[in-house]
Amino acid sequence: MNSELRIRTPEGIAFAYQLAGPVARCMSWSIDLVVVLVLGMTVNTVLAKFGIISPDLASALMTVSYFVITIAYGVCTEWVWRGQTVGKRIMRLRVMDAQGLRLQFHQILMRNLLRFADLLPGCYLVGGAAMVLSRRAQRLGDLAANTVVVHIAKHAEPDLDQLLAGKFNSFRQFPHLEARLRQRATPDEARLALQALVRRDHLEPEARVRLFGELAAHFKTLVAFPPDAVESLPAEQYLRNVVETIFRPRTGVEGKVGAVPAEAV
Amino acid sequence: MIIDLPRFIAAERPSWTELETTLDRLQAQPDRQLALDEAQRFHLLYQKVSADLGRIATFASEPELRRYLEALTARAYAEIHETRERGRRFRPARWFFAEFPRVFRRHVGAFHVSWIITLVGVLFGGFAVMLDDEAKEAVMPAMFANHLGDPAKRVAAEESSAGDRGAGGHSTFASQLMVNNIGVSIKAVALGLTYGLGTIVLLFYNGVILGLVAIDYVLAGQSVFLAGWLLPHGVIESPAILIAGQCGLVLGKALIGHGDRAPLTARLRAIGPDLATLIGGVAVMLVWAGLVESFLSQYHQPVIPYAVKIAFGCVELAVLSWFLGSGRAKDGAPGAEEVRA
Repeated sequence: MNSELRIRTPEGIAFAYQLAGPVARCMSWSIDLVVVLVLGMTVNTVLAKFGIISPDLASALMTVSYFVITIAYGVCTEWVWRGQTVGKRIMRLRVMDAQGLRLQFHQILMRNLLRFADLLPGCYLVGGAAMVLSRRAQRLGDLAANTVVVHIAKHAEPDLDQLLAGKFNSFRQFPHLEARLRQRATPDEARLALQALVRRDHLEPEARVRLFGELAAHFKTLVAFPPDAVESLPAEQYLRNVVETIFRPRTGVEGKVGAVPAEAV
Repeated sequence: MIIDLPRFIAAERPSWTELETTLDRLQAQPDRQLALDEAQRFHLLYQKVSADLGRIATFASEPELRRYLEALTARAYAEIHETRERGRRFRPARWFFAEFPRVFRRHVGAFHVSWIITLVGVLFGGFAVMLDDEAKEAVMPAMFANHLGDPAKRVAAEESSAGDRGAGGHSTFASQLMVNNIGVSIKAVALGLTYGLGTIVLLFYNGVILGLVAIDYVLAGQSVFLAGWLLPHGVIESPAILIAGQCGLVLGKALIGHGDRAPLTARLRAIGPDLATLIGGVAVMLVWAGLVESFLSQYHQPVIPYAVKIAFGCVELAVLSWFLGSGRAKDGAPGAEEVRA
């Protein structure tokens, strides 16, 4: 089972979606089960009032409504909310087409109807086994409908103001070198430096000194700042300057782009 | 290459906004068709945004911008590279009266296999009850316990009961029949995931029960009662279950892929809309069958003469045959595929 679904467009652009694991999906399904039960009981309570007029009709409506709710709940919510049920919203999951294409109604219908096979012989054993064995963590219904369930990543950026507050950044005197640093540092390198600072207090002092030293040495190979600006800087402060330079919002950039469309992530 | 980010955003942002607006419009109106110039503009915007994402992708300092462009490109990709038809406005009448029979005919081979398996089950059940008196008790599920006794006694009891036998419970009975039969149909489709084997077993077992009951009544000399009892709802209910079996077999065939060199995902993608249409049609048929079984089939002579019930069943069968088979000549006609939802 892979943890990622990678889609590469003919234009050479690649996306990666994080596939939802069995535990997250099981929790999402449990939440949906509770929602269906509550919904069913609520509808039954309302329909029971019709018993005064016709007990037969009320009983028939209750039988049909529970059946319809059980099946239609998943189909309707996933169609209206573009691949999400209440449980999936809470667990930040989404059903999507396995090729990244538009999710179609028949795919939603099939994956929900074929749930019966996944439930066999009980407690989602077949579906769970299929998910573990499948390359894309698909249960049988997903395989037939060509859908996957992905985790909607929540990219919480660390509070840089808190992290870097009150520190003078000597790199600011050299805006052209800062620009070069931003251009040469890869996203992974930048995130590594950021994470090292964020987790500073969780590191043993010796390990921290060694890690910061190695990272600072690496960033020094990317851009050479004038010696008089950096020679007295400890490795940790050098790294703080690097992170501040890379992640600092600049005038004219922040607030310029729209929010990431929810249905696309 | 160093990008002047503020200038880059200022220059490209109108294109991003335009693409986002177009995508929102397409999402809000799924049945909307783009004109040629709109489609060309849409494609150009998609390429521009892809190129912008390519430029910004290596920038560590703009994760938010990168995610925004990635998400925008992913949405546009889903629209541009989608080769299936855009969802059209759902028209229930056209779907049921035109699309459903057309899809049925498209996979009629699987329907033939479905009824042959059921017929084998009927013959097996018939022979079983002829050869072994205990066959009924051994095979019949608990829900058919009322058929375990002597058919002649049951017929006598049914015909002698005065008044409205199911008074005050018709709707409940109809709803239980619908729920049970639609549930069985969904199982028949879902068991297609076992490469069709589960569907075959279910169809066969269904046939065995039908054969046991039918031959038991025939042997007891109650053929007219049997026809009057089963025909009004059975001529719709049984074909509906057979169509559900047809769905399961189509699914199983796609999984096996014998004689089809397309990859598994392509095979499943191709049959998905058809399966959804067929199972929807089956549900409608079973709602009708449930109503007929509850409100008509349970009344016997002298309340309703058997001739009337048998005639009603025959008319239904004729209408169903015409309904499912009448458009055969048009299936190959140009434009026939356009009706697909």
